[in-house]
Amino acid sequence: MEYGLDLEYSFNEFLKGFGLSSEIAHIIWLPLPMLLVLVAAVVGVLVTVWLERKISAAAQQRIGPEYAGALGILQPIADGLKLLVKEDIIPAKADGILFTAGPILVLVPVILSWLIVPFGQNLLISNVGIGIFLWIALSSIQPIGLLMSGYASNNKYSLLGGLRAAAQSISYEIPLALSVLAIVLMTNSLSTVDIVNQQSGAGILSWNIWRQPVGFIVFWICALAECERLPFDLPEAEEELVAGYQTEYAGMKFALFYLGSYINLILSALLVSILYLGGWGFPIPVELIAKFLNLPIDAPFIQVFTASIGIVMTVLKAYLLVFIAILLRWTTPRVRIDQLLDLGWKFLLPISLANLLITAGLKLAFPQFFGG
Amino acid sequence: MSIAITTQIICFTILSLVILIGALGVVLLESIVYSAFLLGGVFMSVAGIYLLLNASFVAAAQVLVYVGAVNVLIIFAIMLVNKKEDLKPINDIKFRRIISTSICLTLLSLLIRVDLTNVWSLSSPQNSIGEESTIRIGEHLFSDYLLPFEVASVLLLMAMIGAIVLARRDVMSKDISTGLPVDQELIEKSSEPLLTNKN
Repeated sequence: MEYGLDLEYSFNEFLKGFGLSSEIAHIIWLPLPMLLVLVAAVVGVLVTVWLERKISAAAQQRIGPEYAGALGILQPIADGLKLLVKEDIIPAKADGILFTAGPILVLVPVILSWLIVPFGQNLLISNVGIGIFLWIALSSIQPIGLLMSGYASNNKYSLLGGLRAAAQSISYEIPLALSVLAIVLMTNSLSTVDIVNQQSGAGILSWNIWRQPVGFIVFWICALAECERLPFDLPEAEEELVAGYQTEYAGMKFALFYLGSYINLILSALLVSILYLGGWGFPIPVELIAKFLNLPIDAPFIQVFTASIGIVMTVLKAYLLVFIAILLRWTTPRVRIDQLLDLGWKFLLPISLANLLITAGLKLAFPQFFGG
Repeated sequence: MSIAITTQIICFTILSLVILIGALGVVLLESIVYSAFLLGGVFMSVAGIYLLLNASFVAAAQVLVYVGAVNVLIIFAIMLVNKKEDLKPINDIKFRRIISTSICLTLLSLLIRVDLTNVWSLSSPQNSIGEESTIRIGEHLFSDYLLPFEVASVLLLMAMIGAIVLARRDVMSKDISTGLPVDQELIEKSSEPLLTNKN
């Protein structure tokens, strides 16, 4: 079922029209999708920050940002500019090299993971074979950056925050990987494109959320814990640890942490929508609509239309999940560290193991519903 | 020389330089924290080498296991212990250094000999399987490598039980490190009072 736009091919053909060799065309092509995704991620962060401010205001019956642009929509840009021009401070007794490398190590793996986020059949940077496994591997690098910045700050709150962050992400990575494994078992592939295609048979009915309800909930809880969002924001618990590992940071280095956590939130929401909510799929299959309207599926107009519907659907689902995450943040209390570890090791881990076993059994018993 | 091969050579040079310098740093640096972080960098570069060899699954597994688990645990342990302790001066340090250098040099000459004598080129370049490797690794793990795989998991289980016994001091009546009887009430209590020389 290979259809849809192949922008890379058309772009390369276009450049070859000017007499460039295919290698040069490929090199000119390479940075374009990367830049596009980077810009998309940063714009996504701006939107999420604005949403967070507005929704938290609504939850607390305030107005929220109002004067910067219509409905305060320029507020996140003002925040970003402020952080950009602030003085870059390294505390006198901190370890300069590690202090600087920490935020970078936190941000880079998150941005690298956008490599595998598909917005359409060919609308992703690279359809690598190991797909979703790459994200799991990359997200395990983050705790090193957190430990590094926690240690380098030379501050007990920072160190405690860094240690908590590492403990949290180690313990929640296991149920996360196990619930992804159940999906992979049903798809027979690690590639994110294959995972979405496997859910595209019957629109909303074939989404994985119906076949993996337990996996969906486990994955969502673990994703929130990995992002350090509020029910699980122990690493930066304000009342206990000032701001955790970010305590000593200011200016652009703090902004890197801030960007990292919000890009991670959007990435997690995108991955939940890809793994469980049909990715770029419209609730009613686009092919059915095209057949109903007697339109050829291969016509260029229809292809552009389906591609844009795909992007809109992916972003829409992701932002629905971001909305739920923000609402959770402003309405739930924080769990204690022992409750957090109990939930991870004594509840989510066994339940995701059982989910994996049941999925494997169902796959063998009903191959037509659970992937053969 | 095509652009792809040039990129490969540049990547290989950078990665191997990072591995060599990083590994030297792990051994030679005085600060144990720097060593631990450099070790993570070395593991990452090894994953990069696997990527260059078209073994993307092995590369991701390397990052997940060595960087995400082993290295994080090493750093974790260092930060939890983090004792400021002056190392005792060793008397015959020169003699020890000479011995260790000679052993290392012997090992290096052996490895160089291996490099020069072995035939490294594959019989046919079509041998690389690329993305298929995930499936092939799985097939091997559950057929001809099943016994080593299971034995490794038993080994890990044993290590885990040992770690739990060491960590939970309440299962033993005596403290392992000090030999004092363990206070069964407060396991978390520090063996030395925290606020001694404050005034």
